[in-house]
This record gives sequence, structure tokens and C-alpha cells, in this order.
Amino acid sequence: MSVAELEFRDAVRDALDEELARDESVVFFGEDVGKPGGVFAVTGGLQERHGDRRVFDTPISELAIAGAAFGAAITGLRPVIEIMFGDFLFLAMDSLANQAAKYWFISEEQASVPLVVRSAVGAGGRFGAIHSQTPVPWFQGIPGLKIVAPSTPRDAKALLKGAIRDDNPVLFLEHKRLYSVKGEPGSSDEVAPLGRAAIVRPGSDLTLVTAMKGVHDALAAAEELATEGIDVEVIDLRTLRPLDRDTVLESVRRTNRLLVVEEGPRTGGWAGGILADVAEDGLEYLDDVWRLTTADAPIPYSPPLEDAFLPSAERIVTSVRKHLNSTPVNSTA
Amino acid sequence: MSGTQRLAAEGPVYELTGDSALLERMLLIRRFEDAVQRLFQRGEVHGTTHLYSGQEAGAVGVCAALAPGDRAAGTYRGHGHALALGVDPQGLMDELLGRASGVCGGRAGSMNVVDLRHGLVGCFGIVGGSIAAATGVALGFQRRGLENVAVAFFGEGTSNQAYFAECLNFAQVLRLPVVFVCENNRYMEFTPIEDVTAGEIPARVEALGLWNRTVDGMDVQAVRAGASEAVAHARSGAGPAFLQTLTYRFVGHSRSDPGAYRKPGELDEMRRRDPLAVERARLIEDGAADEAELDGLEARVAAYIDEVAARALEAPFPDPEAEFQEYKG
Ligand SMILES: Cc1ncc(C[n+]2csc(CCOP(=O)(O)OP(=O)(O)O)c2C)c(N)n1
Repeated sequence: MSVAELEFRDAVRDALDEELARDESVVFFGEDVGKPGGVFAVTGGLQERHGDRRVFDTPISELAIAGAAFGAAITGLRPVIEIMFGDFLFLAMDSLANQAAKYWFISEEQASVPLVVRSAVGAGGRFGAIHSQTPVPWFQGIPGLKIVAPSTPRDAKALLKGAIRDDNPVLFLEHKRLYSVKGEPGSSDEVAPLGRAAIVRPGSDLTLVTAMKGVHDALAAAEELATEGIDVEVIDLRTLRPLDRDTVLESVRRTNRLLVVEEGPRTGGWAGGILADVAEDGLEYLDDVWRLTTADAPIPYSPPLEDAFLPSAERIVTSVRKHLNSTPVNSTA
Repeated sequence: MSGTQRLAAEGPVYELTGDSALLERMLLIRRFEDAVQRLFQRGEVHGTTHLYSGQEAGAVGVCAALAPGDRAAGTYRGHGHALALGVDPQGLMDELLGRASGVCGGRAGSMNVVDLRHGLVGCFGIVGGSIAAATGVALGFQRRGLENVAVAFFGEGTSNQAYFAECLNFAQVLRLPVVFVCENNRYMEFTPIEDVTAGEIPARVEALGLWNRTVDGMDVQAVRAGASEAVAHARSGAGPAFLQTLTYRFVGHSRSDPGAYRKPGELDEMRRRDPLAVERARLIEDGAADEAELDGLEARVAAYIDEVAARALEAPFPDPEAEFQEYKG
């Protein structure tokens, strides 16, 4: 038997726990995160172990939480904050976008801003239009900020450690549908570098690029398509800013086809940016290139509406079949 | 425009009359929430829901003080706000079950219901969103010369949001016809309010010079009396009013909340002050109704809500194809 599997939410908690133990300057705060242990049951026990000076509950004040974390970060602390739902990041926007992200640059590097914002994102839980968004594009256009978006427990732990040790602001996104996912734990002192994608399934007919829950959908779709003789390579981006363009381009050079799957609206989404990058630098390798996103609409509540709205393994399979049937496999040598 | 005009509005779907009208409205909310709880446990109401049980006197007392065309903004704990305004219980239940016949066609769900036909500006899923919406609605009323009032419902935890500080000041300097109703149920989600709040909330409001009053939120007559004064103040053009209702929620913040944060004995003590029991006892004491009549009323409301739930379960789901073709974002 292999080692016990690790649950995604426990991986996040373990990373926080171990970083709090390793580095005195790490502090963690947010709404209902201390004594109650967080609304997604991620942070239980941290306050007991590390004390209420380092792990504490805040008022419902997103702007103050983010703003205070920024000020503390330039004063020798390494704050990790929780903004409960990704949708509430909008309330903290000025502090993150105008203050924290730009400080290192405009101060001519007098002080860095070692700050991590953890936030639960993603749809599929019937939470409706204002508790289900994944607002990556809002942040992807902000130089000075990194965006980490893990898909497995092992990555969640290693990347959160990497994020906490990074010297400038990192947005760390946790997809709600992944909290109960279990996986192989990896070694306990693993720290992952930010900005590197991973090929999680090698394949030769199509490069499928995605992140977070999309990776699980993509892998399931790839299994299904394999039975039909279509060999899909799946790339887990893991970090959405900076983007690991090299890994994507290198893959497309081999497969000649690119599909990007994004859980978010088509217009202004991050998938479009990847298509543009590959078109600019790899046009000669491309036989086909497209993306699967949500419609340009807010996320609906009703189950049949939400299910039809979101990318899924089934929608990926249908879409890949359609595209590959119109451009036969291995048309380009 | 003349200063006496009011916005056109539809009357409540579920009509009430007589001395027991407020009790009936509170019963309607309580039985509705019981049904939502049951349907949630059966997997028919999805995602999460925040129930209003225990707080009924707040919305019912405040809405009883409103006039046609007035509007209110509620919260994610909004079923009570909606029903108190006269939103159709069937349409609301259908919405929570994600059906096409829901008040928002199944698009919104529990946390985001809108029904402008009955004065419901929205149930705002963002803490503080109701405050901003009502402030803006009041600006619209004022600048269009309408004699209507806007109400914002929100919890005490919301007093720590930027929206609270910014909008109360904004409304006061512009003398907007808005009533801010702070429903103080002592807890945010799982954190006691006093752990994260400096000073008393009314003191913040006083510092801005707003008319303000605190009432017993477990007593619907006390809430209505306080709200009538607050609404009259706002309608007179004298500026915003602030009403704090001291209340309590009998159930968890949302699904899966065992309520470990409650102080020992507190829930039992507050249940003894159940707003439904308080009003029932008053009606009997005043001789306005007898036990048998009120038992009959309770049975009628319970049967009505059972029917609402049964009909909602039969209602059709929306068709995704049509929905996304129709909507052009
Ligand atoms: C901006 C924002 N932050 C956090 C939340 C999550 N949240 C939902 S309800 C709630 C507590 C609100 O407490 P209070 O204002 O006292 O109202 P109550 O729920 O007690 O009625 C929190 C923190 C939210 N919905 N919006």
C-alpha cells in the first residue's frame, strides 16, 4: 500500500501550518478563519497551535484586511490573508491592485511586499452568480502580482509554500470543487517554484491547456478520447501569472493542435491570451487552435443551467471530436 | 415633478387583513423557512441557504410601515425580506428550487433574488451590497421628486464594511430618503460581533448625526412603531434614519453550522421570546383573537406552505439552450 492520501483542504492547512512553524514572520488572518476554522473547514487548529497573535479573526472588512496585510508586509511580516470567496476580492481591489502590486516597482525596490491572498473560487456548487466566479482576468492584467492555481493536493501544498516564500504579492486560488479531492501527498518539505506548468498527461494529437478543476475534467476527457484513438496531452498551468509559455509552445510543436479550457467568460478571459501567444510565436506549427469557455453571461443558479454553462469532461470530449474530425489526426508530419 | 407622487407598484400577492395580519405574515415566513430547510436536506434547494427563522419581526415590522412604491434591499438572508414585502411565496420557492417559474427564472437562487414588482430591489449576496443599493434607490427617488422611501436591511457585522461608512455619510450629506435597518442577531457567521467590533454601532451613526433608534427585534409591534417613525423621518426630507433591531436567529448561519459559538443557554432563552409567540400572546391578551382562531390560522398557513412546496417540486426546470441564446452579455 502507498502512503495515505492527502485531501486538498488538508494540504492547504498543512502548508500554512508548516510555514507558520518555520518562519516567525508569517501571520494569517481573515473572516472566521481562526476560532471557527474557516467556512470551508480549511484552517481549523491553526489558531490553537500558533496563537491568536499570529492567526486571528477579522471584521467583515475586505479592504482593511488586504490593506493591513500590505502595510504589514512592508514592515517585516509575511501575511497570508483569506478572502473567503473569490467574488469578494473585488472589495479588496484597490489595496491589491493599486498598492501592493505596484509598491516594489515604484519604490525602486526599497521594500518588497511578501503577501499571499488565499481565496476560494469556482462554480459548480449552486452558489449562484456572486459566490462562484474565478476572477483571474481581473488580476492577470496587473504586473507585480502572481497568480497560483493548483489542481492537486500535492501541488496545493508545495505551491502555497512557494507562494509564502515569494517576496511579492501572490494570489493563491483554491477551487471549491477540489477541497475534498484526495491525492498523493508528495514529500513534506517540497516547495514548488511559481511560474512552471506541468505536462500531466503526455499525448501526441492535441495539447489541452487548463488549470484547477479543468485539469480533472481534461484528464477524464483524455481517457475517454484515448478509447477512440485520440491521444491528448494535458498541461496543468499551475500558475496563471507569470504564464509558462515555453511549455505550451514546446507541446504544440509536437501535437500541432491547441485547446485551452477556461472556467470563465470567453470575452476577456485568460484562454484568449494563450491562444494569442501561441499564434504569435508558433503559427507555423498550428493545424487547429480553439478554446472552450463559459458563455458571456453571469453564472446561473439553477442546476441544469449551471451544468450546461460550465466546461466539463463531456463538453471537452464533444468539442475535441468535432474539431479532430474536421482536421484528421496526423495531417501534419 | 410634484413632491407627492409615488412610484407605481403591485400589491402583495399573499393578501393579509385584520388584527392578526402581522402574525400571519411572520407565520408565513417561519413555515416557508421550515420548508426550505426540509427541501435543502432533500437536495431540492441547492448550494447554500441562510434562514430568517427567529428574525421575522424585523422584516414584517419594517415592511408594515412602508407605503406603495417604497422599495427595500435585503440580504442573502432574504426570504423574510422578500415575503414581508409581499413577494409571491410560490415564485420564491420555485426560484429556490431552480425552476423556470421562479421569480428570476432560476437564474438567481436564494442569495440573489430580485423582484422589483413587489419592491424588492434585491437580496444582496455581498455583505454591504444592500446598503449601497438602497442609498442609490433613495437618490433616484429624491432626484425624480418621488415621495418614496428606500430601506436597507443588513446585519450588525456589516457595520464593519466600507459600504457602511461610505453610504451612511453619503446619504446624510445628501439628505436621502433611506432607512438603514441593522438587524443585530449578535453573530456574523460564526464570530460573535463583539470580538471584531469597536464600540457600539449606534454611536457610529450618532457621530454622523443620523436619526437613530434601537428597538426590541423580537416584538413586531415595537419594530413597526420604531420603523413608522424612521420612515416618516426619511419621507419628510429630513434625511436618512437608522433603526437597530435586537434579534436572534434560531438556526445556523447557513447550512452545516452546528452553532458552537453560541453562549450556553442563549438559544433557549431567546426561543422563549419567539416573535411569533410574543405576538400571539398579545392578540389573545388584547381580546383581538382567541386560541381557536389562531390555531386555525396556524393550520391554514402551514397547509398553504405545504401546497407551495408541493407545487414547486412539480414545476419545470429552465431550458439551458433557450436561456443562453436569449441572454446577450
Ligand atoms: C463582502 C462579503 N464578505 C463576506 C461575506 C461572507 N458572509 C456572508 S454572511 C456573513 C456574516 C454577516 O454578518 P451580519 O452582517 O451580522 O449578518 P447576519 O448574517 O448575521 O444576518 C459573511 C461574513 C459576504 N457575503 N460578502
